[in-house]
Amino acid sequence: MNPSIEPLRREFGDSVGRASVSCGQTIVYVHRDRVRDILRWLKETPGEDYDFLVDLTAVEYRDAERPLEVVYQLRSLTRNAELRVKVELGKAEPLTVDSVMPLWQAANWLEREVYDMFGIRFQDHPDLRRLLMWETYAEGYPLRKDFPLRGRFSRSEQVRQALAANPEAHYSMEELSIAETQYSLPAEMRERLERGQRGQIPEPVESSDD
Amino acid sequence: MTEPRTVELDLATSGVDAAGHPTRIPLGVTDPSGSREPDLDAEHMLLNVGPQHPATHGVLRLVVELDGEVVKRVVPHIGYLHSGFEKLGEYRHYNQIIPLTDRTDYLAPMANNVGLAMAAEQLMGIEITERCKVLRVIACELSRIISHLVWFGTTAIDIGAFTPFLWTFQEREKVYNLQEAWTGARLTTSLTRVGGMMADIPEGFEGELRAFCAFFPSVLDEVDRLLMRNAIWIGRTQGIGPMTAEEAINYGLSGPMLRASGVAYDVRKDRPYLDYETYDFDVPIGEHGDVYDRYLVRMEEMRQSVRILEQAVARLPDGPLNVDDPRVILPPKTAAMSDMEAMIFHFKQVMEGVPAPVGEVYFSIENGKGELGYYFVSDGTAKPVRWRIRPPSLLNVAALPKMAEGHLFADMIAINASIDIVMGEIDR
Repeated sequence: MNPSIEPLRREFGDSVGRASVSCGQTIVYVHRDRVRDILRWLKETPGEDYDFLVDLTAVEYRDAERPLEVVYQLRSLTRNAELRVKVELGKAEPLTVDSVMPLWQAANWLEREVYDMFGIRFQDHPDLRRLLMWETYAEGYPLRKDFPLRGRFSRSEQVRQALAANPEAHYSMEELSIAETQYSLPAEMRERLERGQRGQIPEPVESSDD
Repeated sequence: MTEPRTVELDLATSGVDAAGHPTRIPLGVTDPSGSREPDLDAEHMLLNVGPQHPATHGVLRLVVELDGEVVKRVVPHIGYLHSGFEKLGEYRHYNQIIPLTDRTDYLAPMANNVGLAMAAEQLMGIEITERCKVLRVIACELSRIISHLVWFGTTAIDIGAFTPFLWTFQEREKVYNLQEAWTGARLTTSLTRVGGMMADIPEGFEGELRAFCAFFPSVLDEVDRLLMRNAIWIGRTQGIGPMTAEEAINYGLSGPMLRASGVAYDVRKDRPYLDYETYDFDVPIGEHGDVYDRYLVRMEEMRQSVRILEQAVARLPDGPLNVDDPRVILPPKTAAMSDMEAMIFHFKQVMEGVPAPVGEVYFSIENGKGELGYYFVSDGTAKPVRWRIRPPSLLNVAALPKMAEGHLFADMIAINASIDIVMGEIDR
């Protein structure tokens, strides 16, 4: 068991849940509301110094009752110690947790990926967009267990949607805003954006060639 | 003087005129109110680079906001090579995941195979044999060398030096021949199995490897002489894209990127696996964290890899290659065909896979790009609940905006090259 668990419990009391060891690696569950405080404490307290965010990901279990977990893999480069912190998010509640971007820039893309793949929202993340899938992707969150392995739409439907997408679908809103500053967006595109039509996917059509 | 604003240049030609010349498209989108030429001094340009662009090393797409030639903002877009490997892994036995790892960092597939097998072994509590350990070290170090050689050649081309590319790829070819002789494949090696290896090294492999180790440093010295004190190279790389140690840690950089910034963290030294602590090698670190220091660090790493390879070949023990456990390792084909018990084990392994106990493991190795981590969560079945790859290139390239903003556009290409990305791993 990692020696950091004891002082962590003293400091945060009930917000620190069960801790266990698997394959020699310590896992500690913390409450979703305090995760940023706890990680800040682990990062900045002398003697803990978990200064390196190795990985940030999420897990959904095959047991549908079990909550989703956000996993923070921490490492102290100075002490050469590792700790895995987990947050449970029940499926009945909204899947939100505080972003740890104020602590680590490394969390930027990692949180975007978790949002992209699991639909977990990170509060205060400045740029929470899909990372691997395109922004107008409408099939849901691929790494969720209720997402079928081969996707929801047939290949022909995916091709049809890709061809039907508007040009602005390939740029982020941030980039469009750079171009929008004056008049460089075509009027028709600007109207579509004002109507909020960016990212709308046409209704799937039945196809016979699949 | 108007307010700074951005126009997007349409560089395509919309057709030809009556004389057959391409229609001239005015620079910048014309003002709807009149025919005024845009005031370029006050304007920022939005430029799209990639996903099909030779300097983005794959299908990376960068949308760049430029003020003249100076990069104001970079927005990288990834995902063009996304294949859902992590999702696929949840539907496969642990051994069946190994071919997927070939295709992540496809410039160093053998190291990925080793990392995955070791993560699964740690999860299942399997101790591999001594011979297997040494062979895996050889696989990892050969992978590091070919990965760095690709980086070296392509970076030199990006910055404008063509010759080093030819010299390094000639050496890379020798490693590929070794790899091909060992695994039968140049790219999709699938070298390891949980509990052992797919194959032992072929006859004559050790001699070839010794010959490579003896000759390769002289080639390194030659290409190094071309660039290390080359005024153009130094001018293009020193002070470009610097990251301080603090920033590098904050951005989660790893591998040569982290070490070039002066952080002496190497998974092989600090969290040793495969008995790396018993090998004698040095971990080079940089001072400034710029493109030049990354170059120096990677050059030295290749020399250190040769040292490790020489020690590994010298100590390569005889003995069994795979663990002696019929539940984990497939019996020999002849036994499976003639012996009842072996056939049952064969059948059970192929049909049911090897179950892992309930639990989870994060295991990382130092591969050419940085810290490659595998995270397995098991619920006791033969297929993982979750398989996560911690891709070093993903975190390294996420710091590109931080490194490139404020530099010239041409320097952004040099910075991007110095990250040593491989899109198969970033997009997975």
